[in-house]
Amino acid sequence: MEQLLEILEELHPEVDFESCETLIDDKILDSFDIISIISEVNDVFDVTISAEYIIPDNFNSAKALYALIEKLEDEE
Amino acid sequence: MQTNVIDYLNEIVHKVPEKLAFSNGEEGLSFREVYEQSRSIGTYLHNSGIYKEPVVVFMNKHPKTITAFLGIITGGNYYVPIDSEMPEVRIGLILENIKSKLMICDEETIEIAKKFKFDGKLVTYDEISNEKADDGALQEIHDNALDIEPIYIVFTSGSTGIPKGVVVCHRSVIDFIENLSDVLEFNENTVFGNQAPLYVDAILKEVYPTLKFGATTYLIPKEYFMFPIKLVEFINEYKINTLCWVVSAFTMISAFGTFKTVVPKFVHTIAFVSEVFPIKQFNRWKEVLPNAKYVNLYGPTEGTGVCCYYEVDREFSLEERIPVGKPFKNTQILLLDEEGKQVPKGAEGEICIRGTSVVLGYYNDAEKTANSFVQNPLHSFYPEAIYKTGDIGRYNERGELEFVSRKDYQIKHMGQRIELGEIEVNVNMLDGIKQAACVYDDKKNKIVLYYVGTVESGDLAVSLKASLPRYMIPNNIIKLEQIPMTSNGKIDRVTLKNMAQKK
Repeated sequence: MEQLLEILEELHPEVDFESCETLIDDKILDSFDIISIISEVNDVFDVTISAEYIIPDNFNSAKALYALIEKLEDEE
Repeated sequence: MQTNVIDYLNEIVHKVPEKLAFSNGEEGLSFREVYEQSRSIGTYLHNSGIYKEPVVVFMNKHPKTITAFLGIITGGNYYVPIDSEMPEVRIGLILENIKSKLMICDEETIEIAKKFKFDGKLVTYDEISNEKADDGALQEIHDNALDIEPIYIVFTSGSTGIPKGVVVCHRSVIDFIENLSDVLEFNENTVFGNQAPLYVDAILKEVYPTLKFGATTYLIPKEYFMFPIKLVEFINEYKINTLCWVVSAFTMISAFGTFKTVVPKFVHTIAFVSEVFPIKQFNRWKEVLPNAKYVNLYGPTEGTGVCCYYEVDREFSLEERIPVGKPFKNTQILLLDEEGKQVPKGAEGEICIRGTSVVLGYYNDAEKTANSFVQNPLHSFYPEAIYKTGDIGRYNERGELEFVSRKDYQIKHMGQRIELGEIEVNVNMLDGIKQAACVYDDKKNKIVLYYVGTVESGDLAVSLKASLPRYMIPNNIIKLEQIPMTSNGKIDRVTLKNMAQKK
């Protein structure tokens, strides 16, 4: 989780990613961010987030995104 | 001979008045509605005494935004579209330059606009689009219009920190639309899926051919470009068959395995602009849409957006680059060396554009205009301006033009044209910064900022967001004890770039 928060905070240092649950709904993340996040997650966690998982629910909070990463890690 | 872009609309409204012209999926306007509302806006401008003036359009992406553009032209003026998410500081620079008398907003953006330092009047689209059209006055405006008069100004990144306003006239746009339509074979059955924001010139490709042929354009909401499956589902739902997008929008779909779930099944024409299409991703598109027509489009805003094209006619290996190809009819490319002489066959030179596609210049900026729009150095017999793109190109053995690199620090990032100098100027203006240098890591497609100062990198990013658009914010911000310098005292950008790529 620490590593994920680092990735997110580098994109938006002003956002409290530990508590925010509306990253997509409130337009905090944009398409630039989504692509950066997917590529960083791939580098750091060595998991590929494929299109079927690139949906608003998985990116609305750091918690949801982390849960996705864990799920993908288990599958590999 | 057609001399006014509004003639596209004036003719098509009689042929297919009730057909859908522009839509965002939820709301749309027919050609009749576009025609009537644009004439109302033209009449409003006439009644307000605004003629041959720049008029700001500060609206969210919506079919009405396009109609506002057309209304401004109908009234004999030119539109200046401004991104509603651009930081206030940057909008201030633009407003100060153009000193417009009127800004057209929507219900949402007018609240933001009220905070601007703006001496002109603020109105909403809905307030001015119901006026009864004054046919006599509009006819007179139309009769007196010249094809060398501007129809829009779009602003692009400037290396000194001040955005440059590129001014474009009817003639250049008509020349472009006619050529583009021939190359991409648009017709009345074309259904465009628009990706570009409405404040850039990239929308010419959809807006005017839609009017010319009575086609339909769907403005795809920006949020869809975050979620590839939703995006392709949107494309299928509206039977979109033609995509003129920046490369990063195409790769966003293909890179994440979207095609395993869903394929854009109606698409038959794919034009890509702004960046080099990585062959690996390009091949994934070709695999799912083997019969589509694929065209690479190239050109700067100063060449009316696009002035060269290459229709893909062969396989490319992974390390090859798809060429720029050749100019449109009525445009010529010169490859010039430092002395302004044409380079020998096969050698590299600066890509310079001559022809009707060369725009009028930079608005209210004679100095920058004179630097980039210069007398054709091949002769001095009569005035003839060519545009120096700053791109280095060469012809390959097949006679196709290829892009090699940039002469300066302009980059293409996520389809946007950015001067690294503009980022540096804005960083240097902040308190606690001693020195700053920006490089572009073109392997990972990241803007990397190095700086020396007392500010923390997180705070620096937050401050920058107040003055620069989102796409210009560096992806990595790294604090250094000192910036490496070359022996003659300049910032050592080569070392910095190597540092960025090693990270």
